[in-house]
Amino acid sequence: MFDKILIANRGEIACRVIKTCRKMGIKTVAVYSDADKDALHVQMADEAVHIGPPPSAQSYLLIDRIVEACLATGAQAVHPGYGFLSERRAFQEALAAAGVAFIGPDAHAIQAMGDKIESKKLAKAAGVSTVPGYLGVIKDAEEAVTIARDIGYPVMIKASAGGGGKGMRLAWNDQEAREGFTSATNEARSSFADDRVFVEKFIEQPRHIEIQVLADGQGTVLYLHERECSIQRRHQKVIEEAPSPFLDPETRKAMGEQACALARAVDYKSAGTVEFIVDAERKFYFLEMNTRLQVEHPVTELITGLDLVELMIRVAYGEKLALRQEDVQLNGWAVESRIYAEDPFRGFLPSTGRLTRYAPPADSRHVRVDTGVYEGGEISMFYDPMIAKLCSWGHDRNHAIAHMRGALDEFHIRGLSHNIPFLAALMANRRFVEGRLTTNFIAEEFADGFHPGDLPHDDPELLVAVAAAVHRRIAERDTRISGQLPGHGAVVGESWVVMLDGKPHPVVVRPAEKGYAVVVAGGEAITVRTDWVIGQPLFRGVVNERSVCIQIDRVGVGYRLLHAGARADALVLTPPGARLAALMPHKAPPDMSRFLLSPMPGLLASVAVIEGQEVKAGEALAVVEAMKMENMLRAERDATIAKIHTKPGSSLAVDQVILEFA
Amino acid sequence: MHEILRQLDDKRRRARLGGGEKRIAAQHAKGKLSARERIELLLDPDSFEEWDMFVEHRCTDFGMDKEAIPGDGVVTGYGTVNGRLVFVFSQDFTVFGGSLSESHAVKICKIMDHAIKVGAPVIGLNDSGGARIQEGVASLAGYAEVFQRNVMASGVVPQISLIMGPCAGGAVYSPAMTDFIFMVKDSSYMFVTGPDVVKTVTHETVSAEELGGAITHSSKSGVSDLAFENDVEALLQLRRFIDFLPANNREKPPVRPTSDPADRIEPSLDTLIPDNPNKPYDMRELIQKVVDEGDFFEVAPNFAGNILTGFGRMEGSTVGIVANQPMVLAGCLDIDSSRKAARFVRFCDCFNIPVITFVDVPGFLPGTAQEYGGIIKHGAKLLYAYAECTVPKVTVITRKAYGGAYDVMSSKHLRGDVNFAWPTAEIAVMGPKGAVEIIFRQDIGDAQKIADRTEEYRLKFANPFIAGHRGFIDDVIMPHSTRKRICRSLAMLRDKKLENPWRKHGNIPL
Repeated sequence: MFDKILIANRGEIACRVIKTCRKMGIKTVAVYSDADKDALHVQMADEAVHIGPPPSAQSYLLIDRIVEACLATGAQAVHPGYGFLSERRAFQEALAAAGVAFIGPDAHAIQAMGDKIESKKLAKAAGVSTVPGYLGVIKDAEEAVTIARDIGYPVMIKASAGGGGKGMRLAWNDQEAREGFTSATNEARSSFADDRVFVEKFIEQPRHIEIQVLADGQGTVLYLHERECSIQRRHQKVIEEAPSPFLDPETRKAMGEQACALARAVDYKSAGTVEFIVDAERKFYFLEMNTRLQVEHPVTELITGLDLVELMIRVAYGEKLALRQEDVQLNGWAVESRIYAEDPFRGFLPSTGRLTRYAPPADSRHVRVDTGVYEGGEISMFYDPMIAKLCSWGHDRNHAIAHMRGALDEFHIRGLSHNIPFLAALMANRRFVEGRLTTNFIAEEFADGFHPGDLPHDDPELLVAVAAAVHRRIAERDTRISGQLPGHGAVVGESWVVMLDGKPHPVVVRPAEKGYAVVVAGGEAITVRTDWVIGQPLFRGVVNERSVCIQIDRVGVGYRLLHAGARADALVLTPPGARLAALMPHKAPPDMSRFLLSPMPGLLASVAVIEGQEVKAGEALAVVEAMKMENMLRAERDATIAKIHTKPGSSLAVDQVILEFA
Repeated sequence: MHEILRQLDDKRRRARLGGGEKRIAAQHAKGKLSARERIELLLDPDSFEEWDMFVEHRCTDFGMDKEAIPGDGVVTGYGTVNGRLVFVFSQDFTVFGGSLSESHAVKICKIMDHAIKVGAPVIGLNDSGGARIQEGVASLAGYAEVFQRNVMASGVVPQISLIMGPCAGGAVYSPAMTDFIFMVKDSSYMFVTGPDVVKTVTHETVSAEELGGAITHSSKSGVSDLAFENDVEALLQLRRFIDFLPANNREKPPVRPTSDPADRIEPSLDTLIPDNPNKPYDMRELIQKVVDEGDFFEVAPNFAGNILTGFGRMEGSTVGIVANQPMVLAGCLDIDSSRKAARFVRFCDCFNIPVITFVDVPGFLPGTAQEYGGIIKHGAKLLYAYAECTVPKVTVITRKAYGGAYDVMSSKHLRGDVNFAWPTAEIAVMGPKGAVEIIFRQDIGDAQKIADRTEEYRLKFANPFIAGHRGFIDDVIMPHSTRKRICRSLAMLRDKKLENPWRKHGNIPL
């Protein structure tokens, strides 16, 4: 076996590969940019090599630097992870020239599958069913429109070299086809340095289901079942699961066999993924093949019991797979949630910064966390904003979802915005629970975005009882302060009113075994058993028979409770206090609609309007650049620009005023 | 006897009604609570002992002899907050607009005298239209009697003013002399002269809220330490605040039990300081991770944000915290931040509250605005406050401690008891770049030379060791152990005794 492996990646995937290497007794070498010098993967690896400044084009994408790092450290093989150089043929070739093994497929397979047009032709030839479309290179927008008309709208315009949703545009008409061609071409050029795009039929009500394949290059090609990745937001996967709630054994087998056929057709070696689009009749069409480890590979590992990274390493070393197709298990159900640094309440805009608090749930039989950060670490603007992958396993789908809910409740992140409330909302969504998924799921279920009020807690009394128990514990401690008047000291009250998001709930809280008995509005007593200690951010306890973990932030004299994606503010008052609080005026927040505010920290790339200009709703106003993405800010209504407050090129804080309407 | 009881009942009922139901309803309509409702929220249930309910004014002019309401526009007495004694007066806007008569003042003075005698805080809930004009100079005399007691109580018992309505003209000077002023947004204002007079004299048009509202005073003028959304929030926060304060200057701060371990390690603090010395970070994170349970009661958060002041607890016992905030003006000292911190340090010194200082200060803010504004004298206030201060002083330099500002920020030379530095500390006369441009002025044209010299200076001085060699730093500590090291230092300093030479009083550069 290899003695030493270099991981040409960063973040959670680098850490995940290091874990397997450790298990196999293989030494590891990390590479890092300036932005990552304190990163977790650097700390975990046995050795680390600095490869350049933060932008990935000057560090993680530099083939020479990584080959040099291999030679300098004596690494015999490279695991590329996903993204970066994982699907670059040139990288594979450079490593081969230097005598370093590449843990992945051979260059010819990368080449054949790396190009979306070539790969479709190959798939067709291998007997794999493909989506109708035009596979030639399109030279301009007008040709794109002609082709789109031939295929029939709707069509999808895609970058040949694309992936991860970049360089993809949907068009329903000529104008959108024209615009889509231009923007896809531009994005393809800036993201992949390759501006070729193609057009294909857009399948409505589609599901994204992919087959994990594994081949040893010595005759064995296996499929490790499917993953369903239909829960996507703007083509970025959010939730993945294995198996798919949609496939029957026949379809699974048919898809698996076609995937294997394609792998054989390109002499595939290592782990790879064949992505299909599946329509409502379970007809499936080849989409593309990813010649690397996928982000969502853990769900496959959880249901098959295999370690894909280990198998990739063994295959790269030249071992023959001992596994046969009939040995591949399909045990239980696994779900993965991608925890992103983005603000779901602000249109999912990326968020960067310091993780002032970061405590993922503990790994267990039911929970797996793949993470590349730690408390005090940073989500940098230079790379993907994924914080962690949270996976759950259960013996069936409902149990897997239940474990996911529990794990999301426990995941404690502060310092930047994250999508846990949104993920919890998805887990609670009825249509999701019923498994009625399509890739349009999020767009349909959250058509006008995601708002704090979208997810009322399923059991407000639970939150009331917990707020009351927390308050009682704090009140008990308050009465133990020194310096009280002897004989006239403080007494803990029993009767309170919990104002939950402003709504009063009278409670009586009395001590009970291992906690409190809370009577809400004269109802039946709710028992709250807990070891919670004041100051702990997570309240763990058993409320009646329900095990809960609620995140509690003290906000002024009240509490903010976060549970199951819902957020509630509780203020606990004495009954006279509640009576008086009801007299307090409701204050409307100041009207900021006259201003265009920066929705995120970033750079003001350009301003499309001038002072005095009249704009129509939907018209472009300014572009804010953040996380390497250009975010177009548009007018929400017809208005006149009164004043431009910020110059292009200035850096912006969140909510900073960019311009003012008259 | 029966008749007396009937009269008593009647008087009490009338007193409790204040200006009557109609006026109470009007008060409510303005989003304000009545004087008694406020006391009910502030104090522990059933702990209020009211005095002088039967006091009435003595004015006979302008028909006032026909209008008398028992209590005369202010409710006074004592009670407890979490079992601890406080004296309170609460002005009743429903009675003659809460205006201050001679008798009204006498009531306030009575509880203040008692508070000083027994050593308990005085809390004023201000909601008053001003002087009782019908009484003329008698009312003014009343104010002055209160002012005099404010001064006598200063540094003896904590005095807190919560402005919950108008407070204008001479009336502002009583709160002005108390230790802390809190205000309620939209329903309170303070000014020496109101919008009408301002308009007549200076032709400025300004609303009462803009001129002297809670937001103005808590962000622009610094007169108010905190602004709250409404009466209920203000009073609950006031209870929380009182829990931090000692009852008087003879007592140690109160202790509230905590389960937060003194040796809690915070590994994330090791990455708090960015690599780039010019990049800011949030000093609040350090404070919240050091104090018990992350509970930091910040004072004046919206004024002079380049310095943070507030209370926390270490092992249950109150500490005052002063910290430069790199997020605002790079954490430099200027007029406002010096004044803000100086007053805070002096409060802590009055009341035996140890002071923890977190230092990341690049120096004093340059510019004509600062110099013309008298930064020399204002900066001196903070220097004076730290130098005079005899309570336990623990200082942690996290990053920059440059120039005179290094001396000011509770340095060893100002009798800092324990002075720690993080490994990232840079204790020097100025930053490397500025220093090199002065020392090697002749090389300024040669970029390479300057860069080399800067690097040389950085290596030599941009670290805690030079100060360490001289013992100006007691130890270099790892950021993650900051809480543990401060807790131990405070435990060691528990019985610290240090006295300044006798004098009538020092002459702080006011």
